[in-house]
Amino acid sequence: MKARVTVTLKTGVLDPQGKAIEGALKSLGIAGVGSVRQGKVFDIELADTDKAVAEETLKAACEKLLANTVIENYRVEIGV
Amino acid sequence: MKAAVITFPGSNRDGDVAKALKQAGASVAHVWHGDHELPAGTDLVVLPGGFSYGDYLRCGAIAGRAHIMDATRAHAARGGLVLGICNGFQIACESGLLPGVLARNANLKFVCKRQHLRVERNDTAFTSAYAKGQVIDVCIAHGEGNYICDAETLARLEGEGLVAFRYCDAEGQITAEADPNGSLNHIAGIYSPKRNVLGLMPHPENLIDGLVGGTDGRGMFESLINGRKAA
Repeated sequence: MKARVTVTLKTGVLDPQGKAIEGALKSLGIAGVGSVRQGKVFDIELADTDKAVAEETLKAACEKLLANTVIENYRVEIGV
Repeated sequence: MKAAVITFPGSNRDGDVAKALKQAGASVAHVWHGDHELPAGTDLVVLPGGFSYGDYLRCGAIAGRAHIMDATRAHAARGGLVLGICNGFQIACESGLLPGVLARNANLKFVCKRQHLRVERNDTAFTSAYAKGQVIDVCIAHGEGNYICDAETLARLEGEGLVAFRYCDAEGQITAEADPNGSLNHIAGIYSPKRNVLGLMPHPENLIDGLVGGTDGRGMFESLINGRKAA
């Protein structure tokens, strides 16, 4: 079973990389870009086929390693 | 004073900090990150600077979950001393030894330069050889040193006197211009509540020999040794 974990910065946490990317997009003349926040995506192959178990596994993975919950939020999608 | 310097894959300041500790009179054991135990009788655990695991995921994130960190957390919980320098500070935060996060420098630049710090208090195991409010001249070399924590944690750090060092100018003035990375309240280093764990971004171990630019870093290692003698 495949899963995707998306880790993003919490609202209000300064994202200088996102700001730099936003500036670069604007300097390229790409119109209509309001703001950019950069995050991370993890595509994970799971051995388990039970969705509930997979959710628990991924939640533990996020809490223990993939996200730093002081500054980051995470979202888990299963079966993508 | 028995110090254990942990080497993670990508640590590169373990040799320098060992030299600084030996100069001050400590005995130094080098410990591999995959070990489960610290050497018997370890007084001080040092998490050295470098780029553990190539800064993959987040700086210090993977090293913060190494086997030896379980032993280090247990050592700290017993009141043992832990010193995290630069990447070691990042590892200390990621491992839960200290609160907060070291985020990307606000100006996005890797800064490598001399930096003045103000010693916020000198009644700790790490700073007794300095004067309170003393301005010391050390080095910084980091891309992720922007200290961030939630408002509650910041209030606790300030309220309980857990800020160890702040970035300042040569006169000791704490200004935004003197802050190289955008840290909250210009924080360069913090203590745990019992002040037995210290994390700081600057490198005192760089400034221990006049031949290479200064000796202001010696005070930290001398403090650690003197504290041990007095105890």
